[in-house]
Amino acid sequence: MTTAATNNSGGPAASAIPTGGAGPADTPLLAVRDLTVRYRSEAGPVTAVTGLSFDVAAGETLGIVGESGSGKSAASMAIMGLLPAGTEVTGSIRLRGEELLTLSDTQMRDVRGRRIAIVFQDALSALNPMMTVGAQLAEAVAVHHRDRGRVELHERAAELLDLVGIPDPRARLDQYPHEYSGGMRQRALIAMSIANDPEILIADEPTTALDVTVQAQVLEVIERVQDRTDTAVVLITHDLGVVAGLADRVLVLYSGTKLEDGPVDDLFHAPAHPYTEGLLAALPRVDRKTARLVPIPGQPPSPRDRPVGCPFGPRCVHVLPGVCDVPDLPMTRVSPGHDSACARVLELMGAAR
Amino acid sequence: MLTFLARRLATSVPVVIIASFLLFWAVRATFDPLAKLRQSHDPTALPRETARLGLNRPVPVQYLRWMKAFVTGDWGTSTRTGGSVSTMIGSALGTTAQLVVWGVLFAAVLALAVGLYSASRQYSVGDYGFTALSYLGIAMPAFWVGLILIQALAIWPQQQFGMADPPLYFIGLHSPGSHGVNVDYLRHLVLPVLTMTVGLVAGWSRFSRAALVESLGSDYVRTARAKGVPRRRILIRHALRNSFAPFVTVVAMDAALLVGGLVVTEQIYSIPGMGRLFLDSMMAGDVFTLVPWMLVIALAMILFNLLADAAYALLDPRVNLR
Amino acid sequence: MTEIETDTKPDTEKAHKTSNNAHEPSQARIALRRFARHKVAVAGLVVLAALTVGCFGASLLAPYPHNAQDLLLGAAPPSGAHLLGTDELGRDYLSGVMYAGQVSLAIGLGVGVLSTALGTLLGAVAGYFGGWVDEVLMRVTDLFLIVPAIALLALAIQGLGSSPPTIVLVLAGIGWTSIARVVRAQVLSLREKEYIDAARVLGVPTRRILWRHLLPNLTGVIVVNVSLAVAASVILESTLSFLGFGVQPPRSSWGTMLSQASGMVGTSHSYLLYAPGLAILATVLAVNFVGDGLRDALDPQGRQ
Repeated sequence: MTTAATNNSGGPAASAIPTGGAGPADTPLLAVRDLTVRYRSEAGPVTAVTGLSFDVAAGETLGIVGESGSGKSAASMAIMGLLPAGTEVTGSIRLRGEELLTLSDTQMRDVRGRRIAIVFQDALSALNPMMTVGAQLAEAVAVHHRDRGRVELHERAAELLDLVGIPDPRARLDQYPHEYSGGMRQRALIAMSIANDPEILIADEPTTALDVTVQAQVLEVIERVQDRTDTAVVLITHDLGVVAGLADRVLVLYSGTKLEDGPVDDLFHAPAHPYTEGLLAALPRVDRKTARLVPIPGQPPSPRDRPVGCPFGPRCVHVLPGVCDVPDLPMTRVSPGHDSACARVLELMGAAR
Repeated sequence: MLTFLARRLATSVPVVIIASFLLFWAVRATFDPLAKLRQSHDPTALPRETARLGLNRPVPVQYLRWMKAFVTGDWGTSTRTGGSVSTMIGSALGTTAQLVVWGVLFAAVLALAVGLYSASRQYSVGDYGFTALSYLGIAMPAFWVGLILIQALAIWPQQQFGMADPPLYFIGLHSPGSHGVNVDYLRHLVLPVLTMTVGLVAGWSRFSRAALVESLGSDYVRTARAKGVPRRRILIRHALRNSFAPFVTVVAMDAALLVGGLVVTEQIYSIPGMGRLFLDSMMAGDVFTLVPWMLVIALAMILFNLLADAAYALLDPRVNLR
Repeated sequence: MTEIETDTKPDTEKAHKTSNNAHEPSQARIALRRFARHKVAVAGLVVLAALTVGCFGASLLAPYPHNAQDLLLGAAPPSGAHLLGTDELGRDYLSGVMYAGQVSLAIGLGVGVLSTALGTLLGAVAGYFGGWVDEVLMRVTDLFLIVPAIALLALAIQGLGSSPPTIVLVLAGIGWTSIARVVRAQVLSLREKEYIDAARVLGVPTRRILWRHLLPNLTGVIVVNVSLAVAASVILESTLSFLGFGVQPPRSSWGTMLSQASGMVGTSHSYLLYAPGLAILATVLAVNFVGDGLRDALDPQGRQ
């Protein structure tokens, strides 16, 4: 894991980060407001994301952390407009002020891959096994640039492979995904996503299926690409370690709800939610003496059967009846740009200090 | 690829030898090759023929003798027609091949079209309609389909509109004196091809729909959608292209079954192909035609299965035959 | 009902958690409820029951006695007295279809059960003993793959006779291979499972282990295979009878009736073509629907 090595170096200076939602004059690149995603299932609707709000500024990296089922992938698929037909999406997703949720599929197709791109996990299945990598790269460019000729597309594809650090890109273009190694496939997938210099790159668990050393390389590629192109990155992961090295800001999702949101250093050094605290305690770190990792007891609630109020309540050691189990808990600002959904956050943080 | 084909052919030799011996033995046990002579008034005829054909020897010895002749191209003469068995089988194969080629082409194109429609409009009225039709197609015996088709598409219109000829013919592949591919041929071809394809289209369209649906739900299609690729291109370039290899394999394997499986179609439409030859030989107890017939069918099966594997390897870059 | 439904419904994210509660009602009951939800399968079952009662209750229900002839009437199209008309010997066609159904259905069911039993047994033997037993049995299934079934069936029936029990034996003798392969594969994969090793270490005899663990895993495949085999056999029997290798007159099946009616194509008696064919169609459709319902109901993963 990359945690130990990169943790202390942190992200860029936190002061450069715009505060989420506090309404500065400039509109954020991406503004998600009160996003709720409900899947249709045989046994009735299942809510995957509840009232999620966050902003992404141009060029910044937002880490979205959550375990499987926390709704992080549902949120990213909602932004891409790729949720299965019949899924109920409410709220608002604005890209430079333009509402995406009301766009038609044809209009959305023009946004996908050109203005917002996504890198999926498990590159082996995410790449078409029957098409050469070159053809898939060329397709990514061609669908948004009808005027490009064959030679031009081929050149661009080679350039993209080179950009993500694949050696001998020209020869690699004619190979099929199964002829690539796992790390190279993930790089190819990243190359495909940045084919049209998108404004936002969503990376959905981009390193989950990879070896630790390859993970580091792939993360480096994302970082490098971002430096070159000024693309904003939304990094979705269950791995706090990955976030620590790469993100400027972190958003913690649990059971479809945002629990905490803040600059990466603040969040790591002064977590403002018991769940985040639990996650950090379960994370191996070299800057702490504790040899034992402490797992959080219990299981996340079933999306069908969420508790009223704080979804983490049933597992929380600080849970207080009458305070934590009331509906519509507000976010509390604990420091500039750092919000927590914990109803007792000020009380608990005061006690800790 | 070539070494793969050669090796696969070599490994099927023992299977063919065992199969041919069992069939030889089974056919000899079922029929008396000299049944006709037993009623003969010439008392010398029976022992003479028995000795000439080696029928007094043990079955394995007879088999070896027969196999040696078969391999060298001497397939013997038919007791039914007195003609050369190899000529009869050759001509019957040619006729059956016409049905197989037309039928498979027609059914495969139709099945792919239905599969594409159903997969791209899953759970629509049309999709349910095709599903219902495919259930019907699978549940109807082919011979019944044939009889109904003759009644509905040849005889009924002829009677209804007082035509001199039925619009579609149902006897043979050519009218007497007509040859080659012409209107007459096509008018003969429609009904048998329809008859044999009802079941095929039903099965294959189910298969192609399932393969396309699976492909459309795959991660690489999600990636393509995330790239902004239009629906139609996803359907053709990604889903169809990726479903094609398994589809072709299924088609090739079923086509193999057709070579011997057109018994019903050829019987209904009096088409002198392999199926008809089998029935005629069975009725006449023509041992000397039946054994080579079965062996030829078995070889055709092996060949088609091989072709199916080869086609798959050609269509799927992940498969490497060695 | 509702309580069970929510329990057995797989939750996309936490399927293993809910399935624990689902063990309270018996597996069979769950399967039954899932089947009952499958409307088309229930309809198929009703049709099948009606066909069975109609055919096997023919001596009570048929409008005319078995093979009662009315030579003066001859072949007559459907009328009030003869709902489906009469054949050339003046026999009531509806009664004929009902009596013929006894033979068709019995052969279909017989082959379905027998071929599945035979295939399950041979597949289990091949998988359990492995080695040369397995090798021989699998090569035999290969042989069946390359020789056209209809030719083999015709030859066998020609040699062994065409009484319905013989036809059942011959059809089952050829139809056992597919289920045998499935069962063999299941046994082989089961032998590798840890819990089998664990049970063996505890001293449980292997036979008992297989019996206890294999059967629940195979129930679904076996039951579905019976339905597939019944459907296939009904069609195959009718085809053989049509070609002249099946049930012989005076005994009749739907196939023999169609074989006789095939001579009526293009004549004014073409109405004789429809009833037996529709009976086959209804039977096969119903059996296939029931099979689909059973497959969904018995799927151990409980998908759909």
